[in-house]
Amino acid sequence: MINLPPGVPLARPSLGSSGQTGTWRVLRPVIHYDKCTKCRLCFFYCVENTIDLEPNMFPKIDYQYCKGCGVCAQVCPTAAIEMMREVK
Amino acid sequence: MQVTKGVVKALVGNHAVAYAVKQAKPQVLAVYPITPQTTMLEKLSEYVDRGELKARLIRVESEHSALASIYGAAVAGARVFTATASQGLLYMTEMLYWAGGQRVPIVAAVATRALASPWSILDDHQDFMSKRDAIWIQMMAENVQEAYDLTIQAFRISEHENVVLPVMMGFDGFILTHTMERVEVLHDSVVDSFIPPRKFNLVDFTDPVGVGPVAPPEDYIRMRFEAKKAMERSKRVIKEIFREYEGISGRPQHGLVECFMCRDADYVVVSMGAWSGDARVAVERLRERGAKVGLLKVRVFRPFPFEEVRDYLRDCKGVLVMDRAYSFGSGGILVNEVKVSLYGHDVPVHSLVGGLGGMDVRPLHIQTALENLMEGKLEEERWLL
Repeated sequence: MINLPPGVPLARPSLGSSGQTGTWRVLRPVIHYDKCTKCRLCFFYCVENTIDLEPNMFPKIDYQYCKGCGVCAQVCPTAAIEMMREVK
Repeated sequence: MQVTKGVVKALVGNHAVAYAVKQAKPQVLAVYPITPQTTMLEKLSEYVDRGELKARLIRVESEHSALASIYGAAVAGARVFTATASQGLLYMTEMLYWAGGQRVPIVAAVATRALASPWSILDDHQDFMSKRDAIWIQMMAENVQEAYDLTIQAFRISEHENVVLPVMMGFDGFILTHTMERVEVLHDSVVDSFIPPRKFNLVDFTDPVGVGPVAPPEDYIRMRFEAKKAMERSKRVIKEIFREYEGISGRPQHGLVECFMCRDADYVVVSMGAWSGDARVAVERLRERGAKVGLLKVRVFRPFPFEEVRDYLRDCKGVLVMDRAYSFGSGGILVNEVKVSLYGHDVPVHSLVGGLGGMDVRPLHIQTALENLMEGKLEEERWLL
């Protein structure tokens, strides 16, 4: 490996270095697990990839990055995701 | 290094470049056809199919994807190659700037061809010259032998640790790509020792980085400044590599420019590409009659050899610059560079624009223009219509 000449555009971003977009959220999606059928539609549809699957296949939302767009609540066939107003 | 006599072959330009690429052993090739370059990539596909070249050949859906795919491979450490022309080069343009700005070692051949509209498949330099600001080193060949030589050298230059820039090798469509000439090719072992396998990656898989990130203004302008410095540094590197190649091939490689009978000349014609051969004939004929004329051939257009051009031309009584590409609303592209080189020196510079869209230019046209220049009867800009 040679030393690269200066000026090669490479970045070494750390977690959250370009902003924790969860702070943008006005409405917070909350999953009611009693209604969840593990269909994973919310997982597939989440535009920001902030929904992960737990080992037991239940979806889990990463609130540090979820912008609260509400797509998951729209696509949930059992209306298990409720958009709740953020209260600080 | 020792000179070993090469093997003489009869090759068309496209096959000569393909042969050079095969010897340079790239690991990833992207192929997309466009006249007049297609037969080169066909030949490379044949080499891969026959197992003579062990490379991943990607059949992409466009020129944009062609450069995008080898860009990725080159970032990951592969030696890569592609070729294109004309509209294909224009379609590739977005990725050209990505590759240049990212400082990725890539070699691309451009079989120069006119741009639409109107449609033309024939040769001029408009495609090649329009890419002069894309942070690519640009070299141009005069004949098939030079196209072969420059292709081999391009890999060395591009991967040199003081350069790390993509290189574009231009050669005239049809005039060179489809013309069979005597070519002396090097032995594989000689090329192997001239271009050892690529030594470095831009990225290290054990220590991930983001490639081509968003840059705030203060970083952005510094990276552009570094690219400018790399271009300037590359002049020395290119000359060293040319000299080294001269040693192994036994063929003179001149430098960033080639001076043909121009040292003692009062009137010099400046040109680039295949029609430098016609200019040579014109110069020889006029020399036979005792006229002190010469030819200065530009081999490397980016970085532009300002110092060399100035040194050769500053004591001339007149300079004629031949342009096969035009910046509309400004002038010939090469003539403008030559004028910049001669800033502060009192040398009249005339422009000869011709060959656009494949229009035939013969030695006599150049000879007449030179005669007119010597008689003081040449207009500042003449179009060969």
